[in-house]
Amino acid sequence: MSKRAKLGLALLLPLLAAGCQLPSFGFFRGSTTQGQSTFKLIQGFMLSSFVVGGIVLVLILWSVFRYRRHKNQQGLPRQSQYVLPLEIVYTVTPILIVLALFAFTVVTENNVDAVSKNPDAVVNVTAFQWGWRFSYPGQGVVVQGVELEDPMMVVPAGQTVRITLRSTDVIHGFYVPQFNFSRYATPGYSTTFDINVNQPGVYRGQCTQLCGLYHSLMIFRVKAVSPTQYRAWLAKTAATERLTGRSVT
Amino acid sequence: MRVEALLLLGIGFFFGVVGLIYWFTSYEDAGFLMLMGTMLLGLVPGSYYFFWHRRMKDSRPEDRPTASIEEGAGVVSSFPHSSIWPFLFGLGAFTTLLAFAFGVWLFLPGVVVILAAVTGFTAESRRGGQV
Amino acid sequence: MTDVITLPGTGAGVEGPHEGPVGGHHAEGEPTGFLKWITTTDHKVIGMSYMVTSIIMFYLAGIMAMIIRAQLVTPNNSLLSFHVYNELFTMHGSLMLYLFAGPFAFGGLANYIVPLQVGAPDMAFPRLNALSYWLYLGGSITMLMGFLTAGGAADFGWVAYAPLSNAVNSPGAGPDVWILSLVLTGFSAIFTGVNLIATIFYLRAPGMTMFRMPIFTWNMLVTGILILIAFPVLTAALVMLFCDRHFGTHIFSVQGGGVPVLWQHLFWFFGHPEVYILALPYFGIVTEVLPVFSRKPVFGYKGMVFATMAIAALSTGVWAHHMFTTGVVLLPFFSLLSLLIAVPTGIKFFNWIGTMWRGHLWFSTPMLFCIGFLLAFLMGGITGIFLAAPPIDFAVHDTYFVVAHFHQVLFGSAVFAGFAGFYYWYPKFTGRMMREGLGKAHFWLLFVGFWLTFTPQYYIGMEGMPRRVAVYPTHPGLEVWNQLSTAGSVLIAVSFAIMLVNLWVSWRKPIVAGDNPWDAHTLEWFTTSPPPHHNYTHLPPIRSERPTWDYNHPDAPSIGHGGRVHEHHLLNGHDGDRVGATSAPTNGHESVEPK
Repeated sequence: MSKRAKLGLALLLPLLAAGCQLPSFGFFRGSTTQGQSTFKLIQGFMLSSFVVGGIVLVLILWSVFRYRRHKNQQGLPRQSQYVLPLEIVYTVTPILIVLALFAFTVVTENNVDAVSKNPDAVVNVTAFQWGWRFSYPGQGVVVQGVELEDPMMVVPAGQTVRITLRSTDVIHGFYVPQFNFSRYATPGYSTTFDINVNQPGVYRGQCTQLCGLYHSLMIFRVKAVSPTQYRAWLAKTAATERLTGRSVT
Repeated sequence: MRVEALLLLGIGFFFGVVGLIYWFTSYEDAGFLMLMGTMLLGLVPGSYYFFWHRRMKDSRPEDRPTASIEEGAGVVSSFPHSSIWPFLFGLGAFTTLLAFAFGVWLFLPGVVVILAAVTGFTAESRRGGQV
Repeated sequence: MTDVITLPGTGAGVEGPHEGPVGGHHAEGEPTGFLKWITTTDHKVIGMSYMVTSIIMFYLAGIMAMIIRAQLVTPNNSLLSFHVYNELFTMHGSLMLYLFAGPFAFGGLANYIVPLQVGAPDMAFPRLNALSYWLYLGGSITMLMGFLTAGGAADFGWVAYAPLSNAVNSPGAGPDVWILSLVLTGFSAIFTGVNLIATIFYLRAPGMTMFRMPIFTWNMLVTGILILIAFPVLTAALVMLFCDRHFGTHIFSVQGGGVPVLWQHLFWFFGHPEVYILALPYFGIVTEVLPVFSRKPVFGYKGMVFATMAIAALSTGVWAHHMFTTGVVLLPFFSLLSLLIAVPTGIKFFNWIGTMWRGHLWFSTPMLFCIGFLLAFLMGGITGIFLAAPPIDFAVHDTYFVVAHFHQVLFGSAVFAGFAGFYYWYPKFTGRMMREGLGKAHFWLLFVGFWLTFTPQYYIGMEGMPRRVAVYPTHPGLEVWNQLSTAGSVLIAVSFAIMLVNLWVSWRKPIVAGDNPWDAHTLEWFTTSPPPHHNYTHLPPIRSERPTWDYNHPDAPSIGHGGRVHEHHLLNGHDGDRVGATSAPTNGHESVEPK
C-alpha cells in the first residue's frame, strides 16, 4: 500500500471506529428513538461538511497566502480561463455527494415520520395564544397552562406515544429540543406524529413559531416516566379532576 | 437572438417538467399553478424571441462575434430626456395606495395625478421628447 | 493638492431629438438642481439615488439590530416591551430584505453598471427606470410610516404568516402600510426587472454576444427573470391578505373555509427566489472583483453562466423547504431540489478559487471584502445544506441556528460582497478613490464583528433557543453566548461608522481616480470616471468578455484548455484601433449625424 493510502487509512480508521463516540458538535443526541435517528443523520452531514468545507477552506486560504503578489512582481500570471476536465470533476462529484446525502435523509425521514397503528398512549395537544393544553382522550385527564405556568405533559417512557397537534387560533410551534423535533400546530387541520421516549426525564419545550405578544413565554415540559408510574399518574389525575372539576396544570 | 430565445424556452420547459412531476407526486394546487405560471413566463416570450431569431438569424451586430463597432453607428434607440411624469406617476401611486390605509378621500387626488401622469407620459412619447 | 473633479452633467451632453447641439453646455430650458433630480431619466443618477436610499435603510435597520441585541444581553431583560421588540425584528428584517439588499443590488449597482457593461447609452426604458425609483422611495417612506401609526409598525415578522397577520390578530394601520409598502416596492422591482432584461437583450454593443457579457450582467439578467417570476406572486398574496383584513374575504382564515397554509405556499414561492434575487447580484460582484485583483480572467466563464441559471431554476422549485414543519408538504421533492442547489453553488466556489489560483493577488479593499464573502458564504451555505434535510430541519427550525445560517449567507452576500462592489465601483461613480487605510480598517473590524456576532448563534440555536423571542427564561445558560453576539454587533456598527468617515474624507480631500484605476477588464472601465452623459464617446472592439483588458493588454489574451489562445482574438483586424474617435458617434445620439 502506498504511503499516502496508509496515512489516509490511519486518519480514517480511528474516526470510523469511534463512529458511535463522535462528538455531538453541540447537537442533542436525542432522547427519543426518532431523535436519535435524526442525530445520526446530523453526524453524517457534519462529517461530509467538514470534509467538503475543509477542502474548500484550505483551497481558499492556500490561494490567499500562496498567490499574493510580491513587491516588484513583474509581468502577468498565466491567463488561464478554463480547464474542462477539472470542471467536469467538480460538477459530478458534488452531485454524487448530494445524492448520497439525500438517500440517507430519506431513510431517516421515514423513521422520524413513521406513525404506528397501535400507539401505547395518545395525547391531543392543543396550542393557543399563549399556552398549551394536553388532553388524554378516554382517560378524563386534561392538563393546561398558560405562559410561564409551564404545563407538563406526562408520557410513558419506552412506549409509543401518539401526539395529535392542533391550534385554535394562529400557527404555533411544538418544539422539544432534546427530541430533535418540532411541528407546527396550524388552525384548520390536525397533524399527528409518534414519539418513543427512551430515557425517563423532564424535557423542556417551547413554542417556536411567532404567535403574537407572549410568544416568548409559551413554554411547556414533557415528563417521561415508567409505564407503571404513567398509569398511576393518569388514575390519580383523573380522580383529582373529577373531584375539583378543573384541569391540572 | 438565439441565446435569449433558448434561455427563456429552457425556463419554460424546465418548469413544465418540474410542474408535472410536482403535480403527480403531491396533488398540491397552489404550487402546481405557480409552477405552470412560471412555465408560461418562459414559453410565451421565449417563443416570440425564437420566432424572431429564425427570421433575422444573426443580423444584429451584437449577435455576431466579429462585428465591428462602426456597424452599430447611428440611431440606437430613443432615450427620453428629463421628464416629470415618472415622479408624478410615482406620487400618484403612493397617494392612491395610502388611501387604502388612511382614508378613501385620498383616492381622489391620487387617481387624478395618476391619470395626469399617464396622459403626460403618452403625449411625451408621441412628441418624441419633452412635452 | 489635487483639483476637485468636475461633476458630470456639465460635460458633453446629448439632448432630445429636436433640440440642442451636441455641445458642452446646457440647452435652453434644461432643469437644474432639485428639479433636475426629480425629472432625471439618467440611469446613473437613478442608480446613485437607489444606492444612497438603500444604504440609509441599511443603517436604519442596523440600528434596529443593535437595539434587538441590547435587549438580549440578559435572559429577562426589560429594555423593550414585547410589542416593541416584535416590531423591531419585523422592521429590521423587512428593511434589510425588501428595502436594502434587493434595491441596492438591482436598483442601485445594476442600474448604474449594466448599461455601461454592455456598451449602452442608458437603460432600455429610462422613464420606467425613474418611475421604479420613485415607487421604491414611496414604498420606503410608507414602510417607515408604520412607526408613526397608533398601533405601531407591523410586528408579525417579515414573513407575515396568516392567521397572525389577519385583522383579528394584527389590527391597525401599521400592518396595512407594511402591505402597501411592499406593493409599491414590488412594482418597482418588477419594472426594474423588465428594464434589465430589455436592456441586456436589445442594447448590447456590436460584438458583445451573450457569451461575452460580464458575469455581473449575466447574473443581473437571471435576477431580472427571477424578479418577474417571484414578485407578482408576492403582490397577489399581499392583495389577498389585504382583502382578508378589510374586505371580508376568508382566503387565509379557517372560519370562512380558508387555508392558512396557502399563505405560506404563496409567500415562499416568492420568498425563496427572493433570497436568490438577493444573492445572485452579489455573486456577480465577486466574479467581477476577483479576476481584476488576481490579474487573470474569470475561471470557467461558461460554467459560471450555467451555474447561475441552475441556481435560479432550482431556487424556484424549493419554496416549501421553509414549510417542512407544517407536516403537509411533499418532503422528498423539496429536500432533493434544495440539496441539489449545493451543486451549482459549489461550481461557483471552485471557479472563484480557480480565478485566484496562480494569480497575482492584490489585497485592495474590494478584494478583502470578497475574501470575507467567500469565507462567510462557505459556512452559511453549508449550514443551509443541513437545513435541506427535513429531520435536521425539525430539530433546528425557527431556532437561532436558522438565524445564524441566513445572516451568514445574506450578510456574506449583501454586506461583504455588496460593499466590495461599492468600494470597487466608487471610483467609477465619483472619479475619486476611497482611502485604502480606512477601507481596510472597515473590513477587519467588520470581519471580526461578523464572526463574533453569528458563530455563537449557531450554538444558541442548537441548544434550543427559539428565534423571535424577547426573553429567554428557559435558557439562562445561554446568556454569555448572547452577550458575545451582542459584542460582535457593536464591532459591526463601529466598522460602518468608519465607512462613513471614509466617504466624508474621500469627498472632501479627493484623490483623482482616472478611467481605470484598478486596471480592470470590463467595458465600464473604458470610459471616464464618472462616465459622460450617455456613457461612451467611443468603444473599443469587443472580442472577448474583457474588452478593456484586451485593449490595454493585447499581448495577454485569455488561454483556454490546452493552452490555446482564445480564438476570438484571432478573428479581428481592428485590435489596437481607437474606433470612433473621429468617425460616426457610436450610440446615444438619436438623430444627430456624424460631423
